Amino acid sequence: MPFKYFGKINFTPYTKVDAFADYLQKGKLMGTKCKKCGEIYFPPKADCIKCMNDKVDWIEFSGKGTLHSYAKIFAAPKGFEDMAPYTIGVVDLKEGGRLLSWLKDISDREIKIGMPVKVVPRIFEEIQEIKLYYTIEKL
Amino acid sequence: MKVGIVGIGHGKFGNRSDATVQELAFEPFKLAIDDAKNLRRENIDALVVGSVPEYHMQRSLPGVVAEYVGMNPKSTWLTEAACASGSAAIRTAYMAIKSGMHDIVAVIGVQKMRELSTAEILALMGRVGDVQWESIFGTTFPGYYALYANRHMFEFGTTREQIGLVALKNHYYGSMNPNAFFQKEITMEKVLKSDDVAYPLKVFDCCANADGAACIIMANETNTKKYTDTPLWFEGLGSASAQMSVLRRPNLVEIPSAIEAAKQAYKQAKVKPSDIQVAEVHDCFTIAEIMAYENLGFCPKGKGGKFIEEKQSYIGGKTPVNVDGGLKAKGHPVGATGVSMATEIVKQLRGDAGKRQVSGAEIGLTHNVGGIGQYTFVHILKR
Repeated sequence: MPFKYFGKINFTPYTKVDAFADYLQKGKLMGTKCKKCGEIYFPPKADCIKCMNDKVDWIEFSGKGTLHSYAKIFAAPKGFEDMAPYTIGVVDLKEGGRLLSWLKDISDREIKIGMPVKVVPRIFEEIQEIKLYYTIEKL
Repeated sequence: MKVGIVGIGHGKFGNRSDATVQELAFEPFKLAIDDAKNLRRENIDALVVGSVPEYHMQRSLPGVVAEYVGMNPKSTWLTEAACASGSAAIRTAYMAIKSGMHDIVAVIGVQKMRELSTAEILALMGRVGDVQWESIFGTTFPGYYALYANRHMFEFGTTREQIGLVALKNHYYGSMNPNAFFQKEITMEKVLKSDDVAYPLKVFDCCANADGAACIIMANETNTKKYTDTPLWFEGLGSASAQMSVLRRPNLVEIPSAIEAAKQAYKQAKVKPSDIQVAEVHDCFTIAEIMAYENLGFCPKGKGGKFIEEKQSYIGGKTPVNVDGGLKAKGHPVGATGVSMATEIVKQLRGDAGKRQVSGAEIGLTHNVGGIGQYTFVHILKR
């Protein structure tokens, strides 16, 4: 269950899209595509909401997209106090779907909704266990 | 066959470290029975409790509440829809009465949010969104509403000051409500100088966790006429859901479940948004009230900021909103909130709201949103 390595804190170690974390560790950002109707999902889903088919393929995402919205969190929940304040962003991905993560190396002044961004797969280096994540960065 | 309200009760909201959850529930239940005419507890067929269970030490809440308020051996159950649990309870009571299964049903919305330790609250707060793809990045309730606020400002030019005006209005009316947590007016300077919570939202943009309870007693048409001289009727009930994950929502400038629930309620009640004379909306954050004006059709999409700037949601404006102080000034004991909203509309339509009365109000609306928009219940009441 590699998915347990996804996130600074992981709440869902068991999932049908377990392979997502394997790919992420290899530097690949993957979504799913319904084998029947072709609907593309990010975050990946094992089951298609649209046609209810339960067979999907993994497809690689470029990580490119535009910033849809953001929020700078000052009051952090448990497990994130050490990082506060941090800015989360929502990205409209080029291939479809959306992603939420932290903005990295973008100053408050530079943040503009609609700006082009890229998603970068990462590993927490300061944490001993393997902890995978991704960041939103300037394109 | 219509469904009406025969009695209402409202406890003090706020820091209630003087009472257990069942003791809180007792207060409005007793008031609601007294408020009805010649109603005895024995006449009530069932008790629906609206609450969010994870905040309480006591598990299986209806059990302890039914015992404490003396409703055994009558039927009781819990409804949960996050912050809309109270309105979900009203909806199930309506169904129970409409089906003919029960004639008179008490609904108690109750929540004790200050029972858990700060560490437990912080852990719960970290799991309000989709835990698989969002909570792992430290999202929070105010964080989600900050995403809505920034996008709303970007798309429609809504200003920081316009958003802050919601807090000013609701604290102004809260100062007239003896059951409110905060009964003091505030200034724009105070809002803008308060601590950052989730940019662009500050402390005074956020409602406060609170303890509290509210109760309404609902009945079929015959019993409503029998147990009150001032009957009020449920004319429209809308209920809808929206994606848990903001990543799968059509946009981040409106709450789709609210738009759908409102449409259903207006249709059933055969009224238009402009017919609503007083409304209670879910202002868990200031931006939420601005989106509510738009989602309920009180103003066009994107014009919510202007609506408050022109004081259209004050008494005397187009649609007075949250004239009891809203969640913002009353505090937000999550399970109690939807029921609290219903009690305020009843007071308004009866003409019993005192200093904050909307004169001659005959049609009122409640809008209760769960979580970050996953659930919305809209109820329309008429005299």
